[in-house]
Amino acid sequence: MDTDILLSMTGIDKRFAGIPALSAASFTVARGEVHALIGQNGAGKSTLIKVLTGYHRRDAGEVTFDGKPFEVSSPQQAQANGISTIYQEINLVPYRSLTENICLGREKRRFGLLDWASMHREAENLLQRFNIRADVRRPLMEFNTATQQMVAIARAIGFSAKLVIMDEPTSSLDEREVGVLFNVIRQLKQDGVSVVFVSHKLDELYAVCDRVTIMRDGRTVKTARMDDIEKIDLVSSMLGRSMEKTEGHATAFTARDEKNIGKVLLSADNLAVGQIVQDVSFTIRSGEIAGFAGLLGAGRTETARLVFGIDRLKAGAMTYGDKRFEPRRPSDAIAAGMGFCTEDRKSEGIVPDMSVAENMMLALMPKLAKSGVIDEKAQQEIVKRFIRQLGIKCSGPDQKVRELSGGNQQKVLLGRWLAMNPRLLILDEPTRGIDVGAKGEIQSLIKSLADQGLAVLMISSELEEVIEGADRVFVLRDGISVAEFGRAAATEDALMGAMAHGNAPVVAEARI
Amino acid sequence: MTGTSPMTRTTARRFDPFDFLARYGTLIALLLLILFNLVFTRNFATIQTLNVNLTQVCTIVIVAVGMTLVIATGGIDLSVGSLMAISGALAPMIFLGKIMPIGNIYLAVAAAMLVSIAVAGLFGLFNGWLISAFRIQPIVATLVLFIAGRGIAQVMTNGNLQTFRVPQFQFIGLGRVLGIPVQVILMLLIVLAAAWMLKRTVFGRQIIAIGGNERAAELSGIAVARVKLLVYAISGLCAGLAGLVVIAINSSSDANLVGLGMELDAIAAVAVGGTLLSGGKATIIGTLIGAMTIQLVRYTLLANGVPDAAALVVKAGIIILAVWIQQQGRAHA
Repeated sequence: MDTDILLSMTGIDKRFAGIPALSAASFTVARGEVHALIGQNGAGKSTLIKVLTGYHRRDAGEVTFDGKPFEVSSPQQAQANGISTIYQEINLVPYRSLTENICLGREKRRFGLLDWASMHREAENLLQRFNIRADVRRPLMEFNTATQQMVAIARAIGFSAKLVIMDEPTSSLDEREVGVLFNVIRQLKQDGVSVVFVSHKLDELYAVCDRVTIMRDGRTVKTARMDDIEKIDLVSSMLGRSMEKTEGHATAFTARDEKNIGKVLLSADNLAVGQIVQDVSFTIRSGEIAGFAGLLGAGRTETARLVFGIDRLKAGAMTYGDKRFEPRRPSDAIAAGMGFCTEDRKSEGIVPDMSVAENMMLALMPKLAKSGVIDEKAQQEIVKRFIRQLGIKCSGPDQKVRELSGGNQQKVLLGRWLAMNPRLLILDEPTRGIDVGAKGEIQSLIKSLADQGLAVLMISSELEEVIEGADRVFVLRDGISVAEFGRAAATEDALMGAMAHGNAPVVAEARI
Repeated sequence: MTGTSPMTRTTARRFDPFDFLARYGTLIALLLLILFNLVFTRNFATIQTLNVNLTQVCTIVIVAVGMTLVIATGGIDLSVGSLMAISGALAPMIFLGKIMPIGNIYLAVAAAMLVSIAVAGLFGLFNGWLISAFRIQPIVATLVLFIAGRGIAQVMTNGNLQTFRVPQFQFIGLGRVLGIPVQVILMLLIVLAAAWMLKRTVFGRQIIAIGGNERAAELSGIAVARVKLLVYAISGLCAGLAGLVVIAINSSSDANLVGLGMELDAIAAVAVGGTLLSGGKATIIGTLIGAMTIQLVRYTLLANGVPDAAALVVKAGIIILAVWIQQQGRAHA
């Protein structure tokens, strides 16, 4: 295979505002090969792809494609030169016909007019290669996601692509549709077209890919044939763990006293919504830190959204306290004493132009008000108390929250929920994008809150954070809660095993 | 991680002219205009000039207050002009007894005012319902009544001009209290109430939060749909009142003309006043100053012999300048 290399990228460097996103990354794809590209959030997959397609300009390194140096400055140019990308969110024109979408940008003309007959024929032929028979005159929006994806692929092939990059193509497809897509990929492979396949679902990689390249921290850490690599190695390479145990403490979490843990507060049974959460069950007790571990796309955030009433359950049930819990919107969950610090602080957490005080009081405000009028004095007191308690570094309650560092913004959001005096706090990646010092502070804060009886559901992609922080760890894999570990049993090996295979022994739940 | 974050220190240390202009630019412009007029325009420093300018700006300000709240949530309300036409058409029908005769004129006027303002409010509620229940873009949702509203007003009146002489009603457009025109008092009351509401009440804070980050607001338990519903209803109420003031001044109501182009005047006042058109930052007092600045520019040009057509071009220039300064201030902040 190595004799016939289609694409080779070597020594690729890319920095954003001085921070390296790619360092000495290298990536080779053979002709007619399906090559998986995997890595955690922020590992550099999308940056690598964007450098390849000319969306970003690389700082250093070489790219050769089809035997020639490859220099493009836009995705359009890359497409014209044989590299097509199919994005997760399909970027086609919903209101135009299949033909128009497939032929957009390379319309056929006859006597200066568009030659519709031949364009329709070509579109039909392209789709037929994937066993799709559809009226190519109908607008794209009338077709399901899978067909739309096929149209995107047909469009790529129509541009006589030699390399097709698919960015998480299966995330919105059901099982049957995934099967169709895989057949298309195999068809492409037979025709000598190479495919770069980005996905987080390990089983899919084994089903369709020949080789895999694993990225971590902007580097390409490993390339291997799929036949030669175990799932557990994929997981450990992505997470940057060797199978030997690393000793010592990596987080500010310290051992907890079992005495602090009370009765079951929330129990969730067989939750499901769409493809991304299929069957998730877990319980959280008062005073307990329950951890959610899993790869990207395992359904952890989506499960939290169900608990908080942002999305509605399709199946399953929850019990909270002693009652059945059916939140229809976030305010229901808040009224029940829950708080949710989302993963994406910028788009779902802070209101950037509001002050620290206003942000912190956003949820509590109605309770503090006297017939709708804000009690400014009471608010200021609470805000000042939390600024002190949480150690928020700001010039005062009136500073705009967007001027704060990530760690301090996170503390403001913690304050927003703590001010409500909650019973259950959901923390989604509470320390992502936060500098080391603030990270430790937030971790010790979480522990001391749990010691005071708060139930915490902590989602984290950092293994040491869930291992050292959580009293119990639930491992999610492809939308299913596959394993549960107590504090003693939650080792890196055990968690990675469950993430990779999903069949680790379920440890008996220790109820108190 | 000691002391304040680096961002704070920069803003505290360095003076940013754009930030300053974005904050106080309109006020400075207004003061400069007044100064210019004091020097160059004859008879400027008279109560009469003040009253002329204030009465002309009143209806714009009243509508613009509602518009400010709508824009603060990140929306827009194009229907205000048409809602003015509806309330302006409905009120005379009631107090002239065309719908049903009411013996007492005071009762008739009160009923006319309450009903027509309430109807405009209900239409505003309809806007809010389209926007929050069906997630239709505000510009599209309010376009419905922008177009249909004036049609409704014309159908109600058969397209006829309604003229009247009812001093009890026209008090709101022609009357004076302590020498101050009644509509100026109305305007000031509305401005003060709205400014207080935006700053001091939970509702006001929620409006700003929704415009600043709707997702975050929703996740904080704010009833986003309800707040939007109310905001559009308030905008409708303001438009309804403004419609009454206009017909009271004119002693007549023409469904083709009442509130024509008002939506754009109001949006211009909001923009020039310093409210972010993308939402999340709003100032009612700014809107008042914005409306007065636009008014005074027009007056200055007219009083100094520049034709009205040219004044319109200057008005457009001011709006562009104001928005540009805002964006610069934001980019630099």
